Order: sequence, then C-alpha cells, then structure tokens
Amino acid sequence: MYDFNNIYQPKTVKEALEMKKAHPDALLLAGGSDILIQCREGRLAGRDVISIYTLDELRGICMEDDGTILIRPLTSFSHITNNPIIKKYIPTLGDAVDQIGGPQIRNIGTIGGNICNGVTSADSATTLKTYDAILEIASVDGIRILPYADFSKGPGRVDLREGEMLTGIRIKKDSYENTFGKYIKYSMRRAMDIATLGCSVNVRLTEDKKKVDRVRIAFGVAGPVPLRALSAEESLKGQLISEELLEAASQAVMADVNPRNSWRASKDFRIQLIKELTRRALRSSIEQAGGEF
Amino acid sequence: MKKQLVTCTINGKVRENYIDPRASLSDLLRGEEHLHSIKHGCDVGECGACTVVIDGETYNSCIYMAIWAEGKNITTLEGLSTLDGTISDIQQAFIDEGAIQCGFCTPGFIMSSLPIIESDEEFTRDEIKKQVSGNFCRCTGYDTIVTAIEKTHNKRKAERAKK
Repeated sequence: MYDFNNIYQPKTVKEALEMKKAHPDALLLAGGSDILIQCREGRLAGRDVISIYTLDELRGICMEDDGTILIRPLTSFSHITNNPIIKKYIPTLGDAVDQIGGPQIRNIGTIGGNICNGVTSADSATTLKTYDAILEIASVDGIRILPYADFSKGPGRVDLREGEMLTGIRIKKDSYENTFGKYIKYSMRRAMDIATLGCSVNVRLTEDKKKVDRVRIAFGVAGPVPLRALSAEESLKGQLISEELLEAASQAVMADVNPRNSWRASKDFRIQLIKELTRRALRSSIEQAGGEF
Repeated sequence: MKKQLVTCTINGKVRENYIDPRASLSDLLRGEEHLHSIKHGCDVGECGACTVVIDGETYNSCIYMAIWAEGKNITTLEGLSTLDGTISDIQQAFIDEGAIQCGFCTPGFIMSSLPIIESDEEFTRDEIKKQVSGNFCRCTGYDTIVTAIEKTHNKRKAERAKK
C-alpha cells in the first residue's frame, strides 16, 4: 500500500490538466518507479497524486510530416529501444535508455518521468540534450513550446509551472539527420545502478569524412543538472579527424563541466571519467560515421 | 479509502477484486488472490522477487499500481503449472540445474525468463544475464540460473521447430 492522501484517476489528458489545475500540489504519477518508492519511504508520503500512467494518448513514437520525431512522454524505455524509428534515426537514444535499471524498470519507466524528475543522472537526458529536444508542455490554458536546454532549473527542479504537464518531446530532422552517436554510462554495476558519469556524443562529418562538421557533447552527473559542453563543441567544429582531436576534445570539455564529490565518486575521479568518456564516445561516433583515424 | 473494482485476467481467468486504490499489484496478487509466488522482497523494484508478466512484458508488481491492472492480462508463476500441480519445463530445469537454493528469488527469475524462452530468437549467455539483471539471487551465484534458462530456451525452440 502506498502512502497517498488522495489519488485522482483522469481518463483523458484534458481531464488530467483540469485536475492538475484544481490540485496544483498533486504529483503527476507516470511510471512511478521513483515516486511510488518515495511515497513508501516517506519522502513523498501523504501527498495527493494524479495517476496519468493509463493515458494511452500520451504513449508512442511517430514521425511528423517534416521529419520531426515525436516521442510521447509515457513511452517506456523498452519501447523506445525497440521502436523502428528510434533504431533507424536516433539509435543512441535507444542505447542510452537500455542502460537504465533492469528489464522490469525499463518496461515501467517512462522518458517523460525521467526528464521531469530533473536529476542530473537521468540516462535519457544527455542524449536528448545533444539532439536539441523540444518539449511540448500543456496546461488548461494551452500549449507552451520550450527547448529542453532551458528546462532544468536545478537539482530535481524543472520548468513546469503551476498546472502544467509534459505532453511531447520532439527532435527535428536537421538535428538528427546524418548523425552518428554514442552514449557511455559509467557505473559501479552493469545493471540496476545510477550513473557515476554519463557522456553522450554525436557527430556529423563533412562529405569527404575528413573533418568534423558538427559535434555535440553532453554529460550527466558532471554538474547539478545534465549539461551540454557548448564551448567544447564550438572549438571542435571543422577540425580534422585525428588522435589529437580526441585529446583536444577531452581538454576542451573541462571548461563546460562542474563535477563534485559525492559518496558515489570523488570529483577527481569524475574529471578523469569526463575526459576518458569524451575520448571514447567521440572516437566511436566518428568511426560509426565512417571517419578514419 | 473507498474501494474500487479492478477487473483483469490473472493466469487465464477473469478476476474481479475490490481494492484500495492505494494498493500495489503485489498487494492485490498476494493479498487478495493468494498467489504466494509473489514475494514482497525489497518493495522498491530492486530485487525482482515480485516479477509478473503483464501483456507480454515483465514488471515488478511491487511498484505497479493495482488500479493500473484494469483490463490487463497478468501471468504469475502459478499460471505456469497445470491445475493438478504438474510443473512446467522451466521450473523443472531450475530444479535439475541446481538453480534453486533457498527459493525466494526463483518465481521472479522464472517470470523474467519467459520473454526469452518463449522467443524464437537466439540469445547468448550475456543476453540472458541482461534479461534477468533486474533479479537478485543471494545463493546460487547465477550461473546455474542462466544454464536453466538457456537449456529450456533451446529445448522449446527445438520443439517449436518440429511442429
């Protein structure tokens, strides 16, 4: 038995938004693999919850007319990994969410819940950042479009205002087209563990495959929120593919990150991971794209 | 809290239960349906001892709301054996391979193995390990469990190919 004060069970998104407006402090319950546990252990005990898990209109992945990929927020991690559109165009995202928890968690956990939790270790967050995801946020007053880059407000805090709910995650064609990427999660165990550090990279090479046309790098647990290494990305643009490029990238990202000591790992270890995972993920991305060292 | 009717199919039978909307599926299955293969192990989705199959996918029933079960098709370990108590090949394989010691984790492991043994695809031992990576066993050291799943998968595949 979970410790709720009250549980509301909307049948449609419209109803859910009306309930969220009427009960602004109520928690939105998606897959529940974080919230239900925190209700039981006491941290979120005695709260009102709105269960949206059964709202199938918020589930699924499709491609829109202009090539934009739309992921509805209640899509489970395993459905993302096995989805043909994701496999074909953004396999890095499918691989990233395939490293969350274990099979049972990947069947219940949702991508919307993962990013709305706002934690820095969210395995989907870094790859969504590198693909410039755009969020669709709804309330009874209408829909607001927000770049995912602007969503994080601090540890565990995101830009969801009173009465709002995430209803869509979009990735545009010019963001994913001709890109090849790699997500590396470093954790103590290979399953059922939270990332000590996560690094997601994707590249687009020039036509002759000699230079990097565009590179994107993002980290989880390298700061209080998932973050993009924007200055490093800028400095690597147009560079020739070489071993030196990997080294330059691993140095450049240091200007963008802000890792800390925690019980999971020391700051020094995280710095080492940031450098090494950048090298490895960038090498893999370039090799997948057909670049040679 | 006012009880609510939840209608779902459990081990092939349509079942109706009036439950507290705050209940977990494990509360429903173990408490109301008396399906004692469901273990309240960690109750936080880490040990896998309460694993059930819902519409073909594995879930930890301890972190699944009972009200979400409305209209779903749920299988527990009890659904694998016949009414007279004859156990299934996967259960027998666990016995034969020594994949059971204390037995607490066994129902969860067997339910987690179903997507593999019911599939015609090939699975490496590493892929089997990944499929059961959400289940804890503190006795066996896992090797015998992986072997039991591997052998049952190969056996069922061969049987299906004959048909």
